[in-house]
Amino acid sequence: MIVLEKRPQPSQAWSLATPLVAVLATMFFGGLLFAALGKNPVEAIMTIFWEPLFGEFSFYYRPQLLVKGAPLVLIAIGLSLGFKAGIWNIGAEGQYIMGAIVGAGVGLAFYPLEAWYIFPLMVIGGALGGWAWAMIPAFLKVRFGTNEILVSLMLVYVAEQMLASVSLGLLKNPEGFGFPGSRNFQSYASAYNADLIEGSGMHWGVVAAFIAVIFAYVLLNRHMLGFHIRLTGEAPRAARFAGVNPARLILFCLGLSGALAGLAGLFEVSGPSGQVSIDFNVGYGFTAIIVAFLGRLHPVGILLAGSLMALTYIGGEIAQSEMGLPAAAIQVFQGMLLFFLLAFDLLTNYRLRLALKEVA
Amino acid sequence: MKFTTLLATAAMTLGMATAGIAQDKTKVGFVYVGPVGDGGWTYEHDKGRQAVEAEFGDQVETVFVESVPEGPDSERVMTQMALDGADLIFTTSFGYMDPTINVAKKFPKVKFEHATGYKTAPNVSVYSARFYEGRAVQGHIAGKMTKSNIIGYIGSYPIPEVIRGINSAYIHAKKVNPDVEFKIVWAYTWFDPAKEADAATVLIEQGADVILQHTDSTAPQAAAQDAGNVITFGQASDMSEYAPMPRVSSIIDDWAPYYIARTKAVMDGTWETANTWDGIGPGMVKIGEISDAVPTDVKEEALAMKAAIADGSYHPFTGPLKKQDGSDWLAEGEVADDGTLAGMNFYVEGLEGEIPQ
Repeated sequence: MIVLEKRPQPSQAWSLATPLVAVLATMFFGGLLFAALGKNPVEAIMTIFWEPLFGEFSFYYRPQLLVKGAPLVLIAIGLSLGFKAGIWNIGAEGQYIMGAIVGAGVGLAFYPLEAWYIFPLMVIGGALGGWAWAMIPAFLKVRFGTNEILVSLMLVYVAEQMLASVSLGLLKNPEGFGFPGSRNFQSYASAYNADLIEGSGMHWGVVAAFIAVIFAYVLLNRHMLGFHIRLTGEAPRAARFAGVNPARLILFCLGLSGALAGLAGLFEVSGPSGQVSIDFNVGYGFTAIIVAFLGRLHPVGILLAGSLMALTYIGGEIAQSEMGLPAAAIQVFQGMLLFFLLAFDLLTNYRLRLALKEVA
Repeated sequence: MKFTTLLATAAMTLGMATAGIAQDKTKVGFVYVGPVGDGGWTYEHDKGRQAVEAEFGDQVETVFVESVPEGPDSERVMTQMALDGADLIFTTSFGYMDPTINVAKKFPKVKFEHATGYKTAPNVSVYSARFYEGRAVQGHIAGKMTKSNIIGYIGSYPIPEVIRGINSAYIHAKKVNPDVEFKIVWAYTWFDPAKEADAATVLIEQGADVILQHTDSTAPQAAAQDAGNVITFGQASDMSEYAPMPRVSSIIDDWAPYYIARTKAVMDGTWETANTWDGIGPGMVKIGEISDAVPTDVKEEALAMKAAIADGSYHPFTGPLKKQDGSDWLAEGEVADDGTLAGMNFYVEGLEGEIPQ
């Protein structure tokens, strides 16, 4: 009989190995799933993981990985700081929407003026929009002790209603024949978040994601505030004795994650998406939670996890169209990834032992 | 046991060689906003795709990607299909409009067909169906059938297509039942069974005994069935599994003839940009079997209206009609022009509430 035994010390090796093992297990069981659907499992796995990176049309898919991964990484970095400190911002999707609305609103207010300062102002607007939306749960938690998980999550649905409202009213394209949706930023040069090098996928949001990774790494490893964040998560009582102000930490973590989510929204709406529309948000804010945990709440890990998620999205689409795999199978495949990660995570703190004698 | 079966299947498929694809096949791609099993909008488009396969057999290859979010994701899916050698791509949701135009610019040799939009290009056509013609027939039946005089309407998004449907149904319900009242709920989704069921339940609780829907799932039908004594109409697809009650009739989108014709045009090299807006007459919109739950006289009137619309002798938007604010819209005998209909952003007189802004 196999028993679980708590390790005296969390295993460093397993902590690093679990994501890799989880990916391999996902490939294996995902392959079985695809086989059960009557598809060639090796071909399917190859299509998902190989095709976007090294396939015939990788010149197109590689930049797309950046486009798809950047918002995930940007949001997940912000969330991870809070998660480390035990502050659970589940509403990044709403902050993403509000960042996009405010940032786009700033840009559209200037239309049709062309000036260099418009895009920077939009960026500030985007960050402020996300920050302000995250400040609602932060303030309510600090002032009234409300649960930030519930408040931030519920505010996602409020933000979705706001998005629908501005798409149909305030920001609606006056030349759109009454159809919902704003003007398209792709035809407004001063506000368009274009690829820095044509066709590279490298827009300002990707740059911001990389900066955020470095910033978070330095903050966590070299800065007092980063130490406070880690300490609060690991030993809240010790943190209080060490003079950490929990209220300030809540405001900082929620505010920062909101601002980053808002930035992600702004870069998306002014670039790849191009317009504010009712269905603008596609769940980056929620997927980023998975990315944060898949990356072990570590900045570099998040970068890798974001890239991996982007890969499964893009590869999954290719597999759908080339092999006729149903969309649901791809979603199950992605779900497996998180499931196996959490399952194998157990081995970091516990080890398996064969118990030869049973206790009567 | 299951596990070994799986392994065996895995081994078997491994051994299977992928069939080579001949170069001269015409490849047709479809981008769907919902799952192919939604039982409504996407289901009908996919039936159109299957019809293309059935019609041309080995001469065509069709591919599709389902549940594609509107926005950059759809742009990538279209690009991927174009890169992969598609000759013709149907993008079947309004929100794919700008992405379709963007991708079409990059692939001038690939033909694109965008459903329900208004932007065309040398290689982009738009097509849609005059669903409002079906709504007129629906409104007539609904007006005659309601006992509570409250008709519930589940709207998806307040866009012209949906507003047109509401107006058309209301005008014809009101014509046969002056006391009728419409309650409209906006679901802000094309496909979300949970939200649609909630909307239907709320409307039924407010006294509606007829539910009209402009969303794609069968959830409102199921909600009506549970409530009992509530009638519904199939949307986009026949939804005949809910007949004869609650589903008493339906509006069916039949894309197959159009898809076959356009695929043929690409094969023959005769494809040209077009702006197609067909209704009951050419068969793009069909009225599903009116069930026995509807009294014979009502059924006959409905069929007569359908015939009149089909042969062009009756237009669902014929004056005198006023806008909601009381201002004049169409004079006696005047018929609405397509431009106004395409961008319709107002309710007709008598409807309560405001179009969300």
